[in-house]
Amino acid sequence: MRIKSPRDFWAGAMFAGFGAFFVAWSFAHYPMGSAVRMGPGYFPAVLGGLLVLLGAGVIAKSLAADGLRVAPFHFRPLVLVCLSVLAYGYLMQPGGLVVATATAVFIGALAGHEFKWKEVSVVALVLVLFSYLVFVKGLTLPFPMCPSFIDNCPIR
Amino acid sequence: MEVLDNLILGAHVAFTWQNVLYCLVGVLLGTLIGVLPGIGPVPTIAMLLPITFNLDPIAALIMLAGIYYGTQYGGSTTAILVNLPGEASSVVTVLDGHQMARQGRAGPALAIAAIGSFVAGCVATLVIATAAPPLAEFALKFGPWEYFSLMVLGLVAATVLAHGSLLKAICMVVLGLLLGLIGTDVNSGVLRFTFGVPELADGIGFVLVAMGMFGVTEIVINLEQGAKREVFLGKVKHLFPSKEDLKRSWGAILRGTALGSVLGILPGGGALLSSFAAYTVEKKWSKHPEEFGKGAIEGVAGPESANNAGAQTSFIPMLTLGIPGNAVMALMIGALMIQGIAPGPQVMTDKPELFWGLIASMWLGNAMLVILNLPLIGIWIKLLSVPYRYLFPSIVVFMSVGVFAYSNNPWDCLIMALFGVFGYVCVKLECEPAPLILGFILGPLMEEHLRRAMLLSRGDPTPFINPAEKPISFSFLLASLLLVAVIALPNIRKKREEVFVEET
Repeated sequence: MRIKSPRDFWAGAMFAGFGAFFVAWSFAHYPMGSAVRMGPGYFPAVLGGLLVLLGAGVIAKSLAADGLRVAPFHFRPLVLVCLSVLAYGYLMQPGGLVVATATAVFIGALAGHEFKWKEVSVVALVLVLFSYLVFVKGLTLPFPMCPSFIDNCPIR
Repeated sequence: MEVLDNLILGAHVAFTWQNVLYCLVGVLLGTLIGVLPGIGPVPTIAMLLPITFNLDPIAALIMLAGIYYGTQYGGSTTAILVNLPGEASSVVTVLDGHQMARQGRAGPALAIAAIGSFVAGCVATLVIATAAPPLAEFALKFGPWEYFSLMVLGLVAATVLAHGSLLKAICMVVLGLLLGLIGTDVNSGVLRFTFGVPELADGIGFVLVAMGMFGVTEIVINLEQGAKREVFLGKVKHLFPSKEDLKRSWGAILRGTALGSVLGILPGGGALLSSFAAYTVEKKWSKHPEEFGKGAIEGVAGPESANNAGAQTSFIPMLTLGIPGNAVMALMIGALMIQGIAPGPQVMTDKPELFWGLIASMWLGNAMLVILNLPLIGIWIKLLSVPYRYLFPSIVVFMSVGVFAYSNNPWDCLIMALFGVFGYVCVKLECEPAPLILGFILGPLMEEHLRRAMLLSRGDPTPFINPAEKPISFSFLLASLLLVAVIALPNIRKKREEVFVEET
């Protein structure tokens, strides 16, 4: 057996895997009920089963018809952009808006093709100012400006 | 003249200075993100959703709607001047629009795109005003059977209209339905698939899925492809199209408008599908098809009218049935729910000022766009020369702001990042995210209607397919079946693949 279309094969495997998980988990943890009074496990189990079948169909097709290879993954931008988002979220409470925004910009900018300290610093500064004026002052979002260890934040 | 009375009521709502202001903000923002490649209406609206919580529901809806049709105007500017679609729905405008710019006719191209969009916008507004009320009245008779079957039809249609493999699109829908079930089961109170994480008890926020799969993924893909831009630096002069241009365009504008108005209503339809269809039609219709791709003005007029008409009429199923036809409409439903308004046919009768105010604002917004856009073109060109390396960290930060404002919980940033990764994997495996998003929204609704229907019929599934008992439900399911069958026919399948190959 040769995989003729790796792209479809892996897509099918992913779907079948998800489907199998939902079926197994539903049966293991939630009451099924009956068709008249469906329990919380009924609908997900049916859909999961359907997804397994459909995924198997995609796999079957990938063995029969020629297709494309899986496009190459570029981990650098993916990881850095995600890290940038996470940095913003997890730094906001302890670090405050200034720290969170600046860190997110610097990590994010590393994902690009060029990284120039000066330029990135300017972008970070502009974004901090914009966030302060528009989100905190204008739209009154309750974001802390300073790190939490500073008791009297000079920026309000 | 009930429609007229209603429109007057709507005008009273839309023309208050506050709502005019929000409309203006919406259309300007829409044009801005339309002009900028690499950011679309979905992440923008998703970002703004938490913020609309503080607004009046009408103002919020007017602004968000303005963003969607505003992008259709902005997208064409980039397509014509930069040889790059500012928005997915202006991909075909690039073909002839940029050629016209190279021949020194950027002005007429931009003007025709704006005029076409305006005509389409006006007509589509009237279409909504006349078609929506009877449809909503019809929908008031729907029981759980009809709703369930209608959603099946909607999901099937969405997969048919998605790019690429039909089977994979159906898989994405089912996976979306399953992911939508995560959280507390409304009937039994059981926590499903939450794995002991308290944040999952309310389910995964739709905004997070949309921003992850459309926002984060999009940025990563743009970065790995490297932004290539060829900005047309020549001065835009002779804005006004010649008589010959107008003569050639008016038919295309009308055809594009009609096509867009119809395709926009279909589930899965909207601006994107309409513009592709219009381009194909114009090419077939034209007396000189050989000019297409070399600067035929019809190739700009048709698709640009169609995408604006489609963007607007896609509001019809959302407003009358409470069912989103595309991801933007799903966000609109989210906006309604944030405001405590249950989407569905009752919105029109319970909140006529909201419904008609929104419609009147669309006309206003289109007028503002056509008046503002042409003088502002200089500014948009300047914006286009901002390199992507400044832009994308800003987009990342704005998305994070939106997510964080949603709940003040860093967990949401994690979920968005995870969906970004998942979206990236899907792109690599050639699976479209849009059907998943639709499934995700409809999942809980479908389950609820199915359970209610089965309870009412004592576990007997036949009413769904019994034409004597539930004719409407039967016809929806029959239509879904026919759609799948038709698409599976080898001939049409080939045709469908051809259509989608052309666009890439």
